Amino acid sequence: MDAFTTHTGTGVPLRRSNVDTDQIIPAEYLKRVTKSGFEDGLFAAWRKDETFILNDPTYAAGSILVAGPDFGTGSSREHAVWALMNYGFRVVVSSRFADIFRGNSGKAGLLTAQCSQDDVELLWKLLENEPGTSVTVDLVSRTITAGDVVAAFDVDEYTRWRLLEGLDDISLTLRHEPDITAYEQLRPAWKPVTG
Amino acid sequence: MGRTLAEKVWDAHVVRQGEGEPDLLYIDLHLLHEVTSPQAFDGLRLSGRPVRRTDLTLATEDHNVPTTPGPITDPISLTQVHTLRRNCEEFGIRLYPMGDAEQGIVHVVGPQLGLTQPGMTVVCGDSHTSTHGAFGALAFGIGTSEVEHVLATQTLPLKPFRTMAITVDGELADGVSSKDIVLAVIAKIGTGGGQGYVLEFRGSAIRALSMEGRMTVCNMSIEAGARAGMIAPDETTFAYLEGRDHAPRGEDWDAAVASWRELHTDEDAEFDAEVVIDASELTPFVTWGTNPGQGAPLSHSVPDPATMDDTERQSAERALEYMGLVAGTPLRRIAIDTVFVGSCTNGRIEDLRAAAAVVKGRRVADGVRMLVVPGSARVRLQAEAEGLDTVFTEAGAEWRLPGCSMCLAMNPDKLAPGERSASTSNRNFEGRQGKGGRTHLVSPLVAAATAVRGTLSSPSDLEPLEPLVPAADLAHQEA
Repeated sequence: MDAFTTHTGTGVPLRRSNVDTDQIIPAEYLKRVTKSGFEDGLFAAWRKDETFILNDPTYAAGSILVAGPDFGTGSSREHAVWALMNYGFRVVVSSRFADIFRGNSGKAGLLTAQCSQDDVELLWKLLENEPGTSVTVDLVSRTITAGDVVAAFDVDEYTRWRLLEGLDDISLTLRHEPDITAYEQLRPAWKPVTG
Repeated sequence: MGRTLAEKVWDAHVVRQGEGEPDLLYIDLHLLHEVTSPQAFDGLRLSGRPVRRTDLTLATEDHNVPTTPGPITDPISLTQVHTLRRNCEEFGIRLYPMGDAEQGIVHVVGPQLGLTQPGMTVVCGDSHTSTHGAFGALAFGIGTSEVEHVLATQTLPLKPFRTMAITVDGELADGVSSKDIVLAVIAKIGTGGGQGYVLEFRGSAIRALSMEGRMTVCNMSIEAGARAGMIAPDETTFAYLEGRDHAPRGEDWDAAVASWRELHTDEDAEFDAEVVIDASELTPFVTWGTNPGQGAPLSHSVPDPATMDDTERQSAERALEYMGLVAGTPLRRIAIDTVFVGSCTNGRIEDLRAAAAVVKGRRVADGVRMLVVPGSARVRLQAEAEGLDTVFTEAGAEWRLPGCSMCLAMNPDKLAPGERSASTSNRNFEGRQGKGGRTHLVSPLVAAATAVRGTLSSPSDLEPLEPLVPAADLAHQEA
């Protein structure tokens, strides 16, 4: 995983709440067996509407998505994270994220920056009034800066550390392999096995 | 202070705790399907890691499988299924493929084999893993990176959840089922209301539910944004498990039951949040919008977005536009063209029995297609042994092979643009059942009554059937 310290790019205002993962990437696009190429499916249904924000050339190169509350609800599909990242997004800003989506993002290296809905509204206004505005997301100081707007955001400390260091979860866990083995020896014998 | 059920299961699975780190939790059962696993196996291969516990891992094919006889014709679906088969063979994981006697939807297969047991941790790359919480297991959906993590280590680093009690007391009226309970809960707390929580469903109405009803409730916990839903195990749970293929036997059974009896929230435990619902006030519930929280009692009308706060209003306006509905229309006037009975929410034998009891002796309305899709090969056999397939086909419904089917548009069972369904599945998101398709989430009873009338209906809306004249009386009359 690439380390993430700070990122500057074009902000995209997505004025929608409850953006579920079926909207981020519909099921018909989930059939690939790789982690790449999902950008075609990103917001596939909405992109058919020519007024949809990503069809505006000013935002086409966007890398910071600013969305309404309850982003990433529904299906656990990590393809939603890959689709956003394959398209070029490095950060999603929202006042509330669905748990599984947020977990998946942290593993794959997409930053989910949670800030107040008031700050989301300020960012929306700025990005709509001045399309193409550059936004800087700084994970070290946990701030989003765009024009006059400076917003603090939350991200849990452990995910922040892993992102800053670019660390892979599995290697971290395998450092504690003896603990896993010790636990296994204490499990009751009647616990079921699939074989 | 006492502990909640969720906290007890959590504590029993902590492998390691470290300052400023998430707890490392042991996973008792890892279920796999073809959609969310290929990239995880790829990751293992790239780093040269084996699967740590193939004996705690099980795979089935469900999302892509067609529900009519014959092979998969979509080449990309086929690749995904073949990839799962190759991965399971290479890594030594038991797989129930299409056509196998144990194949079915992953969340139907685990419980029916007796693999899902109280107090376990169960994960799967599928958000509806919450289903297994009905047994008092801590069960939740994970992403593909986490699938790889569990395959490699049989553990997951997890931040503690908060706990929410959802108490449903009282008796359900006739024609009201577990699906109506959970739809009402989601409408009450919203699609984000459970975010960060493990929900514990409790109260007399929950205790009175069968295991299948409890699975329906826990299945849809995720639609309230919760990480998991749980119900404390009791005699109903033990009776369901006893004798199942993977349930403990003899002395092991006694030891297991003794430990399962400890799995309840202590009287002095505190929940972080509590919600109370009066079961006796519940009526059949349907959704009108494009998220599972946008629902109302069937006796109500399509709500007016103008009466809602800003965020909800925008979402409701969009939903009504997508659904092609006008505020103020009585929900019972909404005509549908497709009825789907099935899915991990309502594809079990009791669900099929409930739907069959309503359509028996009746006909599916003209212009309506009704698909009945058992959740597993076992459910299908059981239903056929009870003659339910004949009841459905005689009523004009289609009786299908097991799979996820029309719950999500990944296989040939889809809605066409503009088509409208009454569906026993779990999500009414835009395009979920097919591009441009419109979904109303309902219980199996409402689905069946809707199929007969062609408009959203409950069984109480149906004309009573003519009483059957016993054959002996007929012979007497003729003589």
